[in-house]
Amino acid sequence: MSSGFATSRFSRGLILTCVVLAILAAVAPVALPTLVKQMTVFWVMVIIAYTWDTMGGQLGYNSFGNVVFFGAGMYASAVLQIAPFTDMAAYTAAGEQGGALVLTNAQYFAGLLPGLLVAAGVGFLLALILGFAILRLRGHYFAIGTLAAGIFVAQIVANWEYLGAGSGLTMPGFPGKGAAGDQAKSTFFYYLCFGLAGVTFLFLQWLYSTRFGLAANAIRDDEDKAEAMGLPTGRYKIIAWAISGFFLGICGALYGNFVIHVDPEDVAFDGAGLGVWMVLMVVLGGKGSLWGPLIGAVLFHVTKELLWTYLLGLQYVVLGLLVIVIVVFFPEGIVGWLRQRFPNRFGERVEAGEVR
Amino acid sequence: MLENIQLLLDNPVALLNLLLDGIMIGAIFALIAYGMALVWGVMNIINLSQGEFVIFGGFIGYYTSTDWTLAIGPSASPWVSLEWGGISPLWALVIAPLILYGIGRAFYALVIFRLVDRDLFTSILATFGISIFLQQLMNGVFTAEDVIAQHGMGSWVLVDGTTGELVIEQVRVIALVFAVIVGAVLTFYLRQTRGGQAIRAVAQDARAARIMGINADQVYARTYALNAAICGAAGVLISMTLVIHAFSGLIYTVRAFMIVVIAGLGNVAGVIAAGLGLGAAEKVADIVIGTSYQTAFITGLLLVVLLWRSLRLGRQRKVLR
Repeated sequence: MSSGFATSRFSRGLILTCVVLAILAAVAPVALPTLVKQMTVFWVMVIIAYTWDTMGGQLGYNSFGNVVFFGAGMYASAVLQIAPFTDMAAYTAAGEQGGALVLTNAQYFAGLLPGLLVAAGVGFLLALILGFAILRLRGHYFAIGTLAAGIFVAQIVANWEYLGAGSGLTMPGFPGKGAAGDQAKSTFFYYLCFGLAGVTFLFLQWLYSTRFGLAANAIRDDEDKAEAMGLPTGRYKIIAWAISGFFLGICGALYGNFVIHVDPEDVAFDGAGLGVWMVLMVVLGGKGSLWGPLIGAVLFHVTKELLWTYLLGLQYVVLGLLVIVIVVFFPEGIVGWLRQRFPNRFGERVEAGEVR
Repeated sequence: MLENIQLLLDNPVALLNLLLDGIMIGAIFALIAYGMALVWGVMNIINLSQGEFVIFGGFIGYYTSTDWTLAIGPSASPWVSLEWGGISPLWALVIAPLILYGIGRAFYALVIFRLVDRDLFTSILATFGISIFLQQLMNGVFTAEDVIAQHGMGSWVLVDGTTGELVIEQVRVIALVFAVIVGAVLTFYLRQTRGGQAIRAVAQDARAARIMGINADQVYARTYALNAAICGAAGVLISMTLVIHAFSGLIYTVRAFMIVVIAGLGNVAGVIAAGLGLGAAEKVADIVIGTSYQTAFITGLLLVVLLWRSLRLGRQRKVLR
């Protein structure tokens, strides 16, 4: 697969599309105040999809373990936001009966900012360490190795009393009470998640347009050859994963603060849920493409919300079916299909009469 | 942790008991891994729904042993019925493979045949989809509880001393014997019969086999269904010896994968040795680091095994693929 995207710098059309999308996203919570929560989760999905695509789409390393960085960021920010203000061990031991930690405005935001920064650092470092070990594996060994890593970390955290073990912990409450406070919280995190999604998107597109993108795609196309050409493939892979980890860490921290209740197996390290969804979104949209992860995230999120609303109880059964159908019938994704259908629009030149 | 090791060393009989227990469970793991290696070797598909087939078989074992009198009246022949009205789950060792064989055929006809020539990532993700689908379906249709098949068999107390007791559950011996028999029959089938020859021929070179007049699709279907049947039998054994839960399938897949990675494809002796070893290691780890870390131990061990293998290959400038 040639990558016309990676080499194209920011074109006018792209900038225009971004601006339109940004304006739409910025006014969305004002226009549709009842859907702010779902839209916040949507941006979280977008971040997760794009960071998965860094490894899966650009480098060809299909990871099932990216939830590790997501969850690690969530727990890292939790510690930073709780431990300075109360006795962490006692707070987590009390669990839900203890109620959420009540902080003043100043305390809340004084905890949130370092929480997000540390979450980014933890995601980054963890990806460096994990990548150093696990990125020696390739193909399906890597896929299953990361799956195992995800379960492993989830189980360790589920046994960690200080972090609330299996029952998880409750994040400090957002300042503001009642329905208005709840709405304020959702709007606040909507803009943060949207902002992070925008930054992630722009940063990754910039990154792919540099030498890094070329190297990543060379690794995807043939790692042995790339290595033989003198590319330090190991370093590229680790850095790419660390970048995913960086954004996923912040994303996890935001999501943790947004959902309030954090627990290891269902929220933070949900390998069988989120871990598969991120793969699914990107495969659905189109791996290694500019808009694929976004399109995949939109379709997937809408489908998921509809399933949760109308097929509650069966939603995971249908999701399992969806995974099978998408992977078996649309492995190229929507963008991949469009590209085959209208190659001219993707900057690929087709000679007249050429049989494709 | 250290005191637990000390405790084990002070009680050699208890340690022996633990190892024997583990080995008998390990035989079931080896059986599951054997099926996974079969599909992997013949079809080049890593079947991540392996564990769900196992759990499905386990539920069949569980339901044969539950109280049927409520549904169909008291069992007529006393030698098959248990005190509580169900029939012995040993009968499920016949029923479950048959049902799972059919399910395997169905999944092959619907999904798997589309994956045979595709890349491994597609097959991994698609079989993972089957795994999610099946576990959610079982959770909804069967039960979301931990269940165990009642078998009414006792245990042999060999040593009952101060240094620990040596107790062998009869059902575990049956599990071990059955696993050995299934393994032997399969090996015989693959080595000596025409059907087995066809499977091996397709595994070596599907195209050449097709030219020689072998219906490769049929062989694939049979292989996949055979694997499902093996999993079904293994699941019944697990329902009698351990616990069955709709969501506990994935860990059996991880175990099977680990065993195959340790043993390598096409190495039956290696699969058996790795399976028994894993069973024993798990039992010891349960005591040393605690049962709550069981899943972490298994997945951690898989990571260690993968890294160890890739490091050893890395010395020769090779990669695990």
